[in-house]
Amino acid sequence: MSEIPELRVTEGNAKKVTRRKFILGVIASGGVVAAANYRLISSAVHGQMSSGDRLITINVNGMQRRVDVMKQETLAWTLRYKLGLTGTKLGCDRAECGACTVLIDDVPHYSCSVLTHTVRGRKVTTIEGLAASDGKLHPVQQGVVDVQGFQCAFCMSGFVMSAVGFLKQNPNPTRTQLAHGVSGNLCRCQDYNKILDALERGAEYMRRA
Amino acid sequence: MAENGNNKAPKPKPSERVYGKGYKLIGKNYQTADMLAKVTGKAKYAEDFRAEGMLFCRLVLSPYPHARIKKIHTDDAMAIPGVKAILTADDIPAPADSMNDNGTVIKASKWGETALTNEPMYQGEPIIAVAAVDELTCAEAIEKIKIDFEELPFVIDPLESLRPGGANPHADGNVWVRPEPPNPPIPELKEVKWTSEDFADYEKGNLPMGHAPDTWAFGDIDAGFKNAALILDETFITPDVSHQCLETRTAMAYWQNGKLFLHSGTQSTYQTRPAIAKWMNIPVDDIVFISEYTGGGFGSKITGGLSMIIPALLSKKLNAPVMMRISREEEHAIGRARPSVIGRMKIGFGKDGRILALDMFTVTNSGAYDAQGDGASGARIVSLLYQPQAMRQRAISVMTNTPARSAQSAPGGMQGIAIIEPILAKAARKLGLDQVDIRRVNCPEGKAKFGAEVKGKRGYATSCFLKEALDRGAEQFRWKERAARNPKRIGTKVRGVGVSLSCYVGGSIGFDGLLVITPQGRVQFQSGIGNLGTEAVIDVHRAGAERLGIPWEICDIVWGDTSKHVPYTCASGGSQTTHAMTRASYAVADEAILRLKEIAAKTHGGKPEDYNVANGHVSHKGGGGGMTFAEAAQRAIVLGGIYDGHEANPEVNKMTKASVTGLAGQGLVVSAKDKFPHDGNSFSYVAAFAEVEVDVETGKYFITDFLAYADVGTVLHPAALGGQILGRTTLGIAHAIGQKWVYDPHYGAPVARRFYSNKPPTILDVPNDMQWEALDIPDPETPVGARGIGEPPVGGGCAAILNALADAVGDEIFRRAPVNADTILASLEAGRPMQHPLMAHI
Repeated sequence: MSEIPELRVTEGNAKKVTRRKFILGVIASGGVVAAANYRLISSAVHGQMSSGDRLITINVNGMQRRVDVMKQETLAWTLRYKLGLTGTKLGCDRAECGACTVLIDDVPHYSCSVLTHTVRGRKVTTIEGLAASDGKLHPVQQGVVDVQGFQCAFCMSGFVMSAVGFLKQNPNPTRTQLAHGVSGNLCRCQDYNKILDALERGAEYMRRA
Repeated sequence: MAENGNNKAPKPKPSERVYGKGYKLIGKNYQTADMLAKVTGKAKYAEDFRAEGMLFCRLVLSPYPHARIKKIHTDDAMAIPGVKAILTADDIPAPADSMNDNGTVIKASKWGETALTNEPMYQGEPIIAVAAVDELTCAEAIEKIKIDFEELPFVIDPLESLRPGGANPHADGNVWVRPEPPNPPIPELKEVKWTSEDFADYEKGNLPMGHAPDTWAFGDIDAGFKNAALILDETFITPDVSHQCLETRTAMAYWQNGKLFLHSGTQSTYQTRPAIAKWMNIPVDDIVFISEYTGGGFGSKITGGLSMIIPALLSKKLNAPVMMRISREEEHAIGRARPSVIGRMKIGFGKDGRILALDMFTVTNSGAYDAQGDGASGARIVSLLYQPQAMRQRAISVMTNTPARSAQSAPGGMQGIAIIEPILAKAARKLGLDQVDIRRVNCPEGKAKFGAEVKGKRGYATSCFLKEALDRGAEQFRWKERAARNPKRIGTKVRGVGVSLSCYVGGSIGFDGLLVITPQGRVQFQSGIGNLGTEAVIDVHRAGAERLGIPWEICDIVWGDTSKHVPYTCASGGSQTTHAMTRASYAVADEAILRLKEIAAKTHGGKPEDYNVANGHVSHKGGGGGMTFAEAAQRAIVLGGIYDGHEANPEVNKMTKASVTGLAGQGLVVSAKDKFPHDGNSFSYVAAFAEVEVDVETGKYFITDFLAYADVGTVLHPAALGGQILGRTTLGIAHAIGQKWVYDPHYGAPVARRFYSNKPPTILDVPNDMQWEALDIPDPETPVGARGIGEPPVGGGCAAILNALADAVGDEIFRRAPVNADTILASLEAGRPMQHPLMAHI
């Protein structure tokens, strides 16, 4: 996986967010996704905002989402627990299994190992954003459905996102190349041959589309 | 990925089989009802649920392999804003006695695992749970908790515990001993030490064989050894392997109106509820269990466990929903593992390779809690799979201060097969026999016998066509061509081929089916099976739909929630489900046909037998006076009683009856118990073929080809079956090529706790064109003829690779699995096995 380029700094240090400004910002924006009913950040409890807490905007599945993030917060965390996109799974939380793979500007990344504030202004795609708005499945999803790929499917969204990212760059891979393309994803049901059948079918549908 | 280079192997012929001849649904591929939710990310696993006001909980794990907690200081932690409760072992209810399906009361074991403990038995055992508004607050609180420990003696290597003067893992002893009948067969912890004379063998690298409490025999093994043309006596060790489900055992609980609502993964929606009731010591009726999707089980999520109980107790205490997310390290500690088995086998072979006598001795590392019988069940599988003319087995199950083990796909079978197969391969080389031939001569067939002789009789299989699978597999794999290939070595690369037989239990009987035909004319099957992705939760009802002669499009499957009324159902362990629940589904379809005919007769006159049920219609045999399923269901509601669920079929289990009551009035509600005849024990079988390529300069090797040819009875759902055959094969392969536990013996500390240090095979570790095939011969002892397949391929996956490796590098390179590159390299250089032969967890 390629390195994520340095965050493009759009605000000078002078615009450092004070607690007062932050709260005003929250009130003003109205659209912020609060962690109220799923409180995993501790700041509210302690009544203190560290300087790392801030509101950012990320483009998730084609929508601009305003969200308040801690400086140490991972993208997987933000997606699952603040934006409600639970299709992205956490299998290890340490970049070992790939279950949390999402696309950032069309490139697959382990979202458990990407800090949310580094993707501000960038395009994030999760499994929920693959199908068309009318519900028509992405060709890779359709391939999975048609071949009955995957067993428990906890790894499925990660595999599918890896495959979609890989196929964007390599639309016509051999089976071996495709296996390499998703080799950063672990399936504990070890259903690898059926997964490859499904992803190959998906690649075929993508080429035809 | 292997580069075949100029030593290209003949590829297996691809399968062109068509299954399910004469059937409309059975043997056909279809899209399962859970697929769309999975592929769009909408499927909710336990951690994806949330509830208003939900609190979080984190565990404190024991830093010591064995200790006693003298005092816990929690005041500073409780003072942190946001901390809600701290749970210790003192808050845990004593587990209730339980009753098995025959009504026998089973006393709760005094050595049983509890949700939290004051005497941690392994490093990583949960001792305290903290609930707070969020996980960071939990973590902050945990740092403020002080615990006074008294360290206790510990042992992590079972053989060290058996040495004279060796440490015990527990004050009561170190070995699980089954009391003599008529006492209940619940193992008790006793002290067993072997003598220095027993241990003389250890220094020679052979497993010492002292007193072993679990033993049986049949035939005359002394005569067998006397008549043998070749006798081999070998020791082999299989690894401890964690289940490592990709979904950790996260759980969320809340209480409403005195009822516990619990979300977690499971291998059985139905069976988990009574398990939780036992742990919580509350009535079953007070529990609603929700589990629509489960991220892997492999034997580690058979029913309930401490991961469910802790959030349930905290939630009760705090009157708020509580979620306990389990991290990957915590999963290593509490997520279970297959026990390592140290095996020694002395086998006497005839000139033709027939096993005349087999003496098997096993030491099973049971871990800190329940007795694991892997060694003994391995012996049972070996006795079936290789049909020795005489056999003795001795097994000892040793407690150690390492995490609790549990069944893992083919418990014992995997280890037994991995121990015997390399000996069989070596014997074939010494006797000048082909590897397929020596397996054919020992292969079970038909109603093959297995296990101990009890009152002059032995158990037998329902059916076995493994010989046919072996022959067809050898043909498809081009075994002869590959085995005869010359030269085996080109440059630094050496090819080796291996074949292995494999089998495991393939089904149980006696469960219930439950369905509703709705006034809209739909047929709704109630499924109590856990959804592990094997698709059994849905597949088995194809048998009922086929029997009813209805199109699949009018069927609905209700699953994953006990409040939706599920019948008495087997746990999806022991590869029971396909066999047990196709029978139950078939039984309830039979019952539905009977009720439909009765309703037609009551409506249009005549006798029930004057009517036919076909194509969603009940019709009079002479023509006229028929009714649709929708009309019959409407009529059932009017008739009431046995027809609409106000009465249940008297033969079904009381839990099924409760579900019938819950569904009453919704249409034609039908329940039935599986009473079909069943002569023998159901097993499924696999013949496995592998080829490897070893680089003798680096020790690195690749699997270049694999074929698993299965005898599983009737093929129910080919895509799901293929996924299971190759998936569980690869789970077995993991034991041969890399997975194991590693311990720091000085501190009793595990050092391989995450994927990167104990990695299951990736997509690059296995050939990307593995092949599977199935005979599709129905089992004569079950209506649809279908048996289970989860476990039977596992041993073959491991052993075919071990045999292929030995074929490539020789018999004197490895004596334990997994076989790593460094073992191959070091042993090739030295000309003898260089790994320590007996030490645990290296």
